[in-house]
Amino acid sequence: MIDLIREYWQQYLWGTPGHLSGLVITLWLTAASVGLGFLLAVPLSIARVSKEWWLSHPVWFFTYLFRGTPLYVQLLLFYSGVYSLDVVRATPALNSFFRDAFNCTILAFTLNTCAYTTEIFAGAIKATAHGEIEAGRSFGMSNLTLYRRIILPSALRRALPAYSNEVILMLHATTLASTATVPDILKIARNASSDYYLPFVAYGIAAMLYLTISFALIGLFRKAERRWLAYLRRETK
Amino acid sequence: MTDKLVVEDLHKRYGTNEVLKGVSLRARSGDVISIIGSSGSGKTTLLRCINFLERPNAGRIILDGAVIELKKDKKGDLSPADPKQLQKMRSKLAMVFQHFNLWLHLNALENVIEAPIHVLGLSRGEAIERARRNLAKVGLSPEIETMYPVHLSGGQQQRVAIARALTMDPEIMLFDEPTSALDPELVGEVLRVMQQLAMEGRTMLIATHEMRFARNVSKQVIFLDQGRIEEEGPPGEVFEHPRSDRLKQFLSK
Repeated sequence: MIDLIREYWQQYLWGTPGHLSGLVITLWLTAASVGLGFLLAVPLSIARVSKEWWLSHPVWFFTYLFRGTPLYVQLLLFYSGVYSLDVVRATPALNSFFRDAFNCTILAFTLNTCAYTTEIFAGAIKATAHGEIEAGRSFGMSNLTLYRRIILPSALRRALPAYSNEVILMLHATTLASTATVPDILKIARNASSDYYLPFVAYGIAAMLYLTISFALIGLFRKAERRWLAYLRRETK
Repeated sequence: MTDKLVVEDLHKRYGTNEVLKGVSLRARSGDVISIIGSSGSGKTTLLRCINFLERPNAGRIILDGAVIELKKDKKGDLSPADPKQLQKMRSKLAMVFQHFNLWLHLNALENVIEAPIHVLGLSRGEAIERARRNLAKVGLSPEIETMYPVHLSGGQQQRVAIARALTMDPEIMLFDEPTSALDPELVGEVLRVMQQLAMEGRTMLIATHEMRFARNVSKQVIFLDQGRIEEEGPPGEVFEHPRSDRLKQFLSK
């Protein structure tokens, strides 16, 4: 066990020269997919609640597609499926993008978390009190100002608890990346396990690492909620 | 004196239910006009049609001499042809709602400065200065500035809402039953603020169930009944010498 830790601790945690550690890869996968997913989800959720069918229906279809299929299948489709297409190989830009496992993984994760996040945000937008929107209109706010200043700030705050859940689920979902040869925490654990035949120790360390990241995320979100959801707290100061 | 607001022959239908059957009114600068009538008489709809929160089916609205250009939309309602003109018009008509409609995620001060900064284009400093003046005017102490609406009483919330409307420096203030959602003991504080605004010469249109207030404060009273103006005139006349049976019946309740 000591040998396993001695040999692999750098790969789990800090990385060796020229290689990023599993921890860094996992954090990077989570941050990139959640970050990109967030940026895409904000405009998509606005489109999702639009009264114009040509805006809302395609977004509905997108979220239905990505929430209706397993992430693992999506990853395989992007990682192995897309690259097997002749058009992709024939187009230099697509070829170089999809040849890289990391790109395929981030793409699949981003679209998947984006679909869930879009629904979370769209729900929060729809739940915005009608009176608050009317008040904005009655003072002459344009639709843009209304969204930028009233609807989104209010909806994103209310979405925070559900969104924090999605982020933590996404962190756990990044373990699928190891199946696409991305060297995240789980991949390192697999290597360590097969090298030393100590699966309990190898995967136990991985579990501890995921637990620690989750703990940090929960702490961050709790802090964010204290700050941005203060207006919902019932007790008086 | 010139008319600030002219409403001509306003009609509003929901399906087959005609809520406004041709209502006209005019408000000069400094006029305080109370709109009374039983629930469902069209008071609220009338106010909401004036700033186009509801789309009227027919009629004309002239604010400060400018006719609001209207066009028929798909449903046959009239909506303003030019969104810019609509926004400009609305910024001159500040509404106070029955249920306050404060922005819950913003504290009291932020509620008041939001529209002045992002609609009128005031600098933050200027908006805060105006906001503080108006919060003081409605009798709120500086401590409430950083409090969120849910932590304020109904009366305080409605006074923040009045300060929010005032800080737009509007041509006309529209009050949509501003005390109807308040506990009885909180009604007085809001009415006192409105009375003060009336005395300062603010032009106000008030839909209300507070008869005593309407009598004391208004320059003109409009009695709406089933979507029509049944009777109108100075409060002395309307309240002391009602002519129509409907109004007599209404006042005797």
